[in-house]
Amino acid sequence: MYEVRFHGRGGQGSVMASGILAAAMVEEGKYAVSIPSFGFERRGAPVVSFLRMSEREIRQLTNIYQPDCIVCVDPTLTKSVDIFAGMKVGGTLIQATHRPLAELTLPDCVATVGLLDAVKIALEIFKRPITNTLMLGAFARTTGVVSLDSLKRALDDSDFRDAGLAQNMTALERGYAETVVHQIERRAAA
Amino acid sequence: MTTATLEKAAAADAPRKQKVILAEGNEAAALGVALARPDMVSVYPITPQSSLVEHLAKLIADGRMDADIVDAEGEHSVLSVLQGGALAGARTYTATCGPGLAFMFEPYFRTPGMRLPIVLTIVTRDGITPQSVWGGHQDAMTVREAGWIQVYCENVQEVLDTTVMAFKIAEHHDVMLPVNVCLDGNYLSYGASRVELPDQADVDEFMGEKDVNWHVALDPLRPMAVDPLTGGTTGKGPQTFVRYRKGQCRGMQNALAVIEEVHADWAKRIGRSFAPLVEEYRLEDAEFAIMTLGSMTGAAKDAIDEARDAGKKVGLIKIKTFSPFPVDALMKALAKVRALGVIDRSVGFRWNCGPMYQETLGVLYRLGRHIPSMSFIGGLAGADITIPHVHRVIADTEALLNGATAPTEPVWLNEKD
Repeated sequence: MYEVRFHGRGGQGSVMASGILAAAMVEEGKYAVSIPSFGFERRGAPVVSFLRMSEREIRQLTNIYQPDCIVCVDPTLTKSVDIFAGMKVGGTLIQATHRPLAELTLPDCVATVGLLDAVKIALEIFKRPITNTLMLGAFARTTGVVSLDSLKRALDDSDFRDAGLAQNMTALERGYAETVVHQIERRAAA
Repeated sequence: MTTATLEKAAAADAPRKQKVILAEGNEAAALGVALARPDMVSVYPITPQSSLVEHLAKLIADGRMDADIVDAEGEHSVLSVLQGGALAGARTYTATCGPGLAFMFEPYFRTPGMRLPIVLTIVTRDGITPQSVWGGHQDAMTVREAGWIQVYCENVQEVLDTTVMAFKIAEHHDVMLPVNVCLDGNYLSYGASRVELPDQADVDEFMGEKDVNWHVALDPLRPMAVDPLTGGTTGKGPQTFVRYRKGQCRGMQNALAVIEEVHADWAKRIGRSFAPLVEEYRLEDAEFAIMTLGSMTGAAKDAIDEARDAGKKVGLIKIKTFSPFPVDALMKALAKVRALGVIDRSVGFRWNCGPMYQETLGVLYRLGRHIPSMSFIGGLAGADITIPHVHRVIADTEALLNGATAPTEPVWLNEKD
């Protein structure tokens, strides 16, 4: 079982991203379940979505408390939300940010980091800071858990059409191409 | 395995290829409705049912579903419109929940009395107040004595498949009662999962000929009085009324066998099998059991597997058909165990326990067994029922087995969440 938690703000499309990623996984013959957290989501408020993937049928339909991977589609969110809560040791962080790794404060459980200046690219593609599809490209690049081709097919099957679809395809590709992946070496605890 | 693919007995009977898609529960319900080819749907959106209505509207707009859609001004009108449709011979469908179901109550109670086979999905939502738009079984439980058949789904695939089966059950001549397909708000309504979409031709063969108003009809060629005012205490008033109510009760009891037949036919034609009334999971050699309803069951099965690995002889009993209450099937399951913990996702205010627990006590009485048991209430207003929550239920029930005194109050699983 591989568990991903998406963090974002209402309006950035993190719930939709979680759904498209799950569809890409199903496209690859895996089992996947995507469950959004719920409330009166409103633009700008922190939102969370949960995604499980497995080779076998997934029975538990619950939120995720100990993710293997955290995808944070908003660069400012870490100031107000503990996005790392419950993260497994050796976990993966995929973060939208313009900062280099050295400027980030990360807990010891993080072993792999994928960084993408997603807001800058989103403004170039969409003229708006919508980072969700970019971060899906970053997820594929950082984890290798899903292929870029499967994500493209899932996006093609989604509700995007015409110019919107073309823009999001570009976002997927640029997210994949421009993500910088770091492995964090840590000395074993004494 | 609720979604186990059955061995294909013979190539001639094998289901046609099924498309694999990702769908949330609300979309799966809408796709199930489309497969059943209703003539008319009427809707009013309400959280967490709204996306189901949006999917229906889209299926119709895209030409994938050939039905009239009536966007009524409220839920009372929604169901009243469908009553007219059903009386004119239409296969009809709607979905609602919570306050919408409350607003619908007057025609809701009338529907089974008129023996109209309408299918209504309850995307279950907890009761207000305090204000909540989140999942819980309180709405469906509150109307459990209104004469509708009520079945609860465990996962998104079961939502899709059960939605189609619901029409077949409702329209069966031995039943002729409306059906609620209950799917958990939030975890099922918005939970997107891998599902297999049956082929339309297979479903058409499964459904057969539509015949919904053979018994009562708005038809100028065969005029009849529909829903008559009975005579009170004069004339044949009392016996007329009894004949109606007795017929409803007989239809409910007949439904138990029909629900089993329809599930067996679905398994044969479509290749997926679900326990129709009561599912027994790892119960054969169990000393004690927990009972579940709806989407909590998946995490509960995972917890049972872990407890089994730890050497605990525990099994699970899942109720799928809640109304009519599957007394005989549940007696068979309960006869196997010596202690019981029941998890409800709603509150029984009168007995200070969960409603399913209260109903189960009646079954134990009929069985003639007094075993220690207790009520757990969790998952209210969208709260999570996780594997650790279920481990607590298992531990407390095991303590009962070992002689602990059963508490007189329910255990509130999310009290400290």
